[in-house]
Amino acid sequence: MSTSDKLIQMVIAVVLFFAVMTVILLVTQRLRSRSGERIQAAAFVAPALILITIGLLYPAIRTIYQSFFGNAYEPIVGMNPNNFDGFDNYVQIFTDSGLLKVLRNTAIWVILTPILATGIGLVYAVLVDRSRFEKFAKALIFLPMAISLVGASIIWKFVYDYKATEQDQLGVLNALLKLVGVDTYRFLLTEPWNTFFLIVIMVWVQAGFAMTVLSAAIKAIPDDIIEAARLDGVGGLRMFRYITVPSIRPSLIVVLTTISITTLKVFDIVRTATGGQFGTSVLANEFYVQSFRSFDFALGAALAVLIFILVTPIVIYNVRQMRRLEAR
Amino acid sequence: MRSRRTRLGVATVAVAGLVLAGCAAEESGEPQTAGGEAPGAGQPECEQLEQFGDLSGRSVSVYTSIIEPESDAHKASYEVFEECTGATVEYEGSSEFEAQLVVRVQGGNAPDIAYIPQPGLLATLVRDTGEIVAAPDPVSDNVDEFFGEDWRLYGTVDDTLYAAPLGANVKSFVWYSPKKFQQEGWEVPETWDDMIALSDQIAQSGMKPWCAGIESGDATGWPTTDWLEDVMLRTAGADTYDQWVNHEIPFDDPAVVEALDQVGEILKNPDYVNGGIGDVKSIATTAFQEGGLPILDNECALHRQASFYAAQWPEGTEVAENGDVFAFYLPPIGEEFGNPVLGGGEFVAAFSDEPEVQAFQTYLSSDIWANEKAKATPGSGWVSANTALEISNLNSPIDQLSAEILQDPEAVFRFDGSDLMPAAVGSGSMWTEMTKWITGQDTETTLANLESSWPS
Repeated sequence: MSTSDKLIQMVIAVVLFFAVMTVILLVTQRLRSRSGERIQAAAFVAPALILITIGLLYPAIRTIYQSFFGNAYEPIVGMNPNNFDGFDNYVQIFTDSGLLKVLRNTAIWVILTPILATGIGLVYAVLVDRSRFEKFAKALIFLPMAISLVGASIIWKFVYDYKATEQDQLGVLNALLKLVGVDTYRFLLTEPWNTFFLIVIMVWVQAGFAMTVLSAAIKAIPDDIIEAARLDGVGGLRMFRYITVPSIRPSLIVVLTTISITTLKVFDIVRTATGGQFGTSVLANEFYVQSFRSFDFALGAALAVLIFILVTPIVIYNVRQMRRLEAR
Repeated sequence: MRSRRTRLGVATVAVAGLVLAGCAAEESGEPQTAGGEAPGAGQPECEQLEQFGDLSGRSVSVYTSIIEPESDAHKASYEVFEECTGATVEYEGSSEFEAQLVVRVQGGNAPDIAYIPQPGLLATLVRDTGEIVAAPDPVSDNVDEFFGEDWRLYGTVDDTLYAAPLGANVKSFVWYSPKKFQQEGWEVPETWDDMIALSDQIAQSGMKPWCAGIESGDATGWPTTDWLEDVMLRTAGADTYDQWVNHEIPFDDPAVVEALDQVGEILKNPDYVNGGIGDVKSIATTAFQEGGLPILDNECALHRQASFYAAQWPEGTEVAENGDVFAFYLPPIGEEFGNPVLGGGEFVAAFSDEPEVQAFQTYLSSDIWANEKAKATPGSGWVSANTALEISNLNSPIDQLSAEILQDPEAVFRFDGSDLMPAAVGSGSMWTEMTKWITGQDTETTLANLESSWPS
């Protein structure tokens, strides 16, 4: 297809969009009654609903359906009924040693990342609150937020770079180790610690987000509560434990759940830094590898469904907390 | 009045929808033509492209795994085609090519042309997606005229030619520094045992003889598969190798175990690797592009890698028999199977049968392109199995040597085995298991895992 063809197609698509909207407007504008208004509303919601059905609902249902088939080595031709496998793919996920390791890594990610990122963000927010250099300090920790996860992974890949102790070092961390007189260390290769070094990348990016939200929440604690606590002789750590944390509890939960959702889907860091090698693979990366490298679309679909099942409760909880926050 | 206008609107929408639906693809065979006269009509190098007519304003999108610095010469070699036909070529290279191509084909966003380096992946795509268009007649004629029968077979799936060969490479090379060898009085080894003796001698002098790197993004591990195939051709012979590639013998057959252990004598020997970088495990985290560079700093002496590695030496490096770097042919192991050639190459698959796409396929499979590409490659690191390629057009002695090997009818040539295997193994589990093998997994476990990963 040449450029002019593409342009013509684009113009047609735009005209089509306007034409559809015009038709809806013209057809519905003469409806004046109460039921007419309902029809009008439905007419405007319909295109969006149709698009969501085509773009979200149908693929989701198809993926769930596909996950019950055997190694669909004819992934695109379609799913062969005599290839129906029931829960075999799911059984494989929970019995295959390689895939169990993937589940273990995902669990480590989901437990550690939100706690570390939120913890660091919270402590930081409390420490720099109302200090002289607050703005500057906040900017420092917030900066990594602006870097994409792939970019961050490439930066850290250089930081973690390994060369033997007697060689000139490229990685900052190993250069420091050498300076101290310790042997250099393979950050990305040594199991199981390499997973923790990958988690550091995610924490580095997410801590700024946690800090920003929590700092705003801390600033929103009414002054009279703090005054009252002070008069009762509460200070320092007890103030943090009994006043600050309970007051910002809803914000804490939103931050924790948001980071948990991001972590469950983590893919770019693992793929960029290690490619899932050296026992660092996680669910999303494994889904990609199984589907698009090994052509085992059915197992890939099962992994995708598993991610979906794990994310759903967290999302529901997160949305509820958000509503509660807004209702206050 | 209003109601009539409404109806007109509905009619317009319906017609536009029909236009968007497009037309179904036709059976290929006879080439398509755009009509009109090609801009380059009458010029001798455009002779074969005139039949496609005037393609001005059309473009061909090419998706490939060939990235900087090797891609520059590719782009330069398309100029003749663009002048002849008026069409433009949009080149897009990606190091995540194998996986991304599948994603794009599935998403209905296939490129016009893809250079596929694995016949196994080509077969998978042809059979599973039905999106790849069979090669038109002029391409088929070119392949018959300029390529050997075996090369035609690599691009053929179920008796239909889909993809003509593009570039080729010879993998059985060991890079070394002739200057350093002369300085130290080392001899280029003639047999495997000589090579091991030389390695020991170098190791005793305090330098690690071998360097290697297998990190390659998504494809991390592939250089190890070349090692295994090269050694296996020499220890078990071409016939056993063919059986192994076609899974007629199990993946963990004793012949394969023996070959992989022999590779381990070098790659997993802490006294031999990894010169200038680290120890055995550092092979897994060293980019394949940088794996041989310590040779230039005299921190390692030997690096086994294909002919295309010539493109990785920094500018100003003299690739010649008495220069900074050169390569010798991986020596035979024992008398029985002599010295087979392990090679690879890319194949031009098309996802569209538009005339500009067919014209480009025809151009790429011709003698004209092969020689244009040879002239456009300033340094070295490119060669083709095209028999009409004038060896004198190649700029580097290493490429000339590779071309001679490829065009030699006597040579026992075998295509890279992992590239012929089903993609699930060849560009999937084999890479990851070989990486595990480098980082400590034993030979038996590695090969047993690969046997169980073979798609039934």
